[in-house]
Amino acid sequence: MSTSTILGTLDDEKAPEAPTRRRRRRASHNVEASTHNRGPLWTAAGYAGMVLVVLVVAVPLFWILITSFKERGDIYVRPAQWWPDPATTANYSELTTRIPFFDYVRNSVLITSATSLAKIILGVISAYALSLLRFPGRSIVFLVVIAALMVPNQITVISNYALVAQLGWRNTYQGIIIPLAGVAFGTFLMRNQFLNLPGEIIEAARLDGAGPMKLLWRVVMPMSWPTLVAFALITVVNEWNEYLWPFLMADDESTATLPVGLTFLQNNDGVTNWGPVMAGTVLAMLPILVLFLFLQRQMIKGLTAGAVKS
Amino acid sequence: MATVYFDEATRRFSKDDDAPAVDGITLDIADGEFLVLVGPSGCGKSTTLRMLAGLEPVDGGRILVDGHDQKGVRPRDRDIAMVFQSYALYPNMSAAQNMAFALDNAKVSKAETKQRVAEAAKILELEPLLDRKPGQMSGGQRQRVAMGRAIVRNPKVFCMDEPLSNLDAKLRVSTRSQIAGLQRRLGITTVYVTHDQVEAMTMGHRVAVLRDGRLQQVDTPERLYDHPVNTFVAAFIGSPAITLVESEVREGVARVHGVSVPLDRAVAGRAGEKVVVGLRPESWHVVETPADGARDGADASALALNVELVESLGSESFVYGRPVGADEGTDRVTVRLDKRTHLTVGDTVHVEPNRGEVHLFDATSGERIEA
Repeated sequence: MSTSTILGTLDDEKAPEAPTRRRRRRASHNVEASTHNRGPLWTAAGYAGMVLVVLVVAVPLFWILITSFKERGDIYVRPAQWWPDPATTANYSELTTRIPFFDYVRNSVLITSATSLAKIILGVISAYALSLLRFPGRSIVFLVVIAALMVPNQITVISNYALVAQLGWRNTYQGIIIPLAGVAFGTFLMRNQFLNLPGEIIEAARLDGAGPMKLLWRVVMPMSWPTLVAFALITVVNEWNEYLWPFLMADDESTATLPVGLTFLQNNDGVTNWGPVMAGTVLAMLPILVLFLFLQRQMIKGLTAGAVKS
Repeated sequence: MATVYFDEATRRFSKDDDAPAVDGITLDIADGEFLVLVGPSGCGKSTTLRMLAGLEPVDGGRILVDGHDQKGVRPRDRDIAMVFQSYALYPNMSAAQNMAFALDNAKVSKAETKQRVAEAAKILELEPLLDRKPGQMSGGQRQRVAMGRAIVRNPKVFCMDEPLSNLDAKLRVSTRSQIAGLQRRLGITTVYVTHDQVEAMTMGHRVAVLRDGRLQQVDTPERLYDHPVNTFVAAFIGSPAITLVESEVREGVARVHGVSVPLDRAVAGRAGEKVVVGLRPESWHVVETPADGARDGADASALALNVELVESLGSESFVYGRPVGADEGTDRVTVRLDKRTHLTVGDTVHVEPNRGEVHLFDATSGERIEA
């Protein structure tokens, strides 16, 4: 029997372009149109709100930036100077000479990568087990994880400190990293993501003979990138800025991270010289900013388009 | 290829459920057979299919594939391919990768995978689309990729869960015959779930009608239409639906809206005093002038209908009418007319039931009464 007799004519070839995407774009246009029709007062109020939010966020950042370029005497003048005049990079060189700045950077990078990696891997695989694998006691395990999320880390800090000190891990990388690697938040976030995936795709993969790990890497994860990237970004930012625990654990530049190092700078002389501190803050922000710009594009993509009926 | 045997298979969604979703279904599916499971929403047809695929547990009874009990066998070890209603394609993979995924998992060699995918793509005319991702395809194309994903595996059993319900009407008709033709060619045992009775009647070797988790009748489409075992099957199969009228039987004659319908002697002997008479739309013929006054009761042989709705399909038309003089609560009678007869709403038409085309059911149990 020839193929044409089996298939007859195929009359759906007319729509090779993604129809769902087009429909979605049209739908979003409608949403925009409806907000545009609200009248000028609403629009003005909307812009005012946005400006307010931008000011709240941006003014302190701007102040940090210009202060890092000011000469020491100009930092405290009144009325405030909104532009460094004269501009100087002395604060940056002072920062790198007065404290072992690059040691702190190294520690930060090491500790942040190790902790983030541990958190992401543990988060993904625990969430996967709690959402898509069946085993006895699954819901109890999940409840315990949620309960862990409810406990602020300030409460566990003392017992953690006692334990780590007992192990002789003070002022070591593992002493900082291991207690931070717990992942209630990631488990929770990724579990919800996995549960929201279309169940039929998971079932299709199971019928197609995919084992648990293959199911995770080839089917589940590719559909979960946006959530994973968001989770990773939040984790990296949090770990980079983590202060309390590294501050308690680290004694010197062999393990201290950037936020901790900057406080060493602050306390060096009686009156804080804010110029180098601000320069350090600017440099500490840069890597995260770059990472954010890089990953933001990944977060936006919706990857489940076309998987199941729209 | 394989035989499938449901042995009192039961599925309960909660332990103390009196009405299981699938209630003791026994069904023997032959090797290479195309069996259609049909029934209204919530009748348990999809659950039955998912039990076979291993996606739902079997709470009672057994399911045998090729004589082997499937209890405890994981879905991936059953060698059953499924086509989902939503297609459930992997969005991150191209059409070719979607089809190759199962073979890749089964450690089939690269060369053979490539060859089998190419073969399936040829059959389904998917060759130009192999590098596209599901998001860049139309509904019909995705449906074909989903079919391709099933056929490259050359499985023991195909399970199809309403695979056509997301296509538009025209595409559904052409794809319907494609799937049936493909199944005939591949000869793979297929269980096909649908709520569409046209699909049920045209695609399957046999059709199983389900209601509330219970199997009503398994038969060829023709038998199902001509010999429905009860009023439910009679009403479910056939479009427009059969007209069912409760009537009394006296001296071998049933009275339908005051019209005498003579019954076979053997059948009449088994009938009680009350029966349900079923007449399909094509089981009537129009009589120009009734033999005797349609209204004066006792011996009328023709039924006078007040036409309330006419559905003209071009080649034929269906007339829905209420018996003259009947009150509002009376069910309408459906009559099929050929294209030469034209009626409009408000007309009165006299119709007579065709001899030998009368279905008779018990008034209390709804079971068919047969000689």
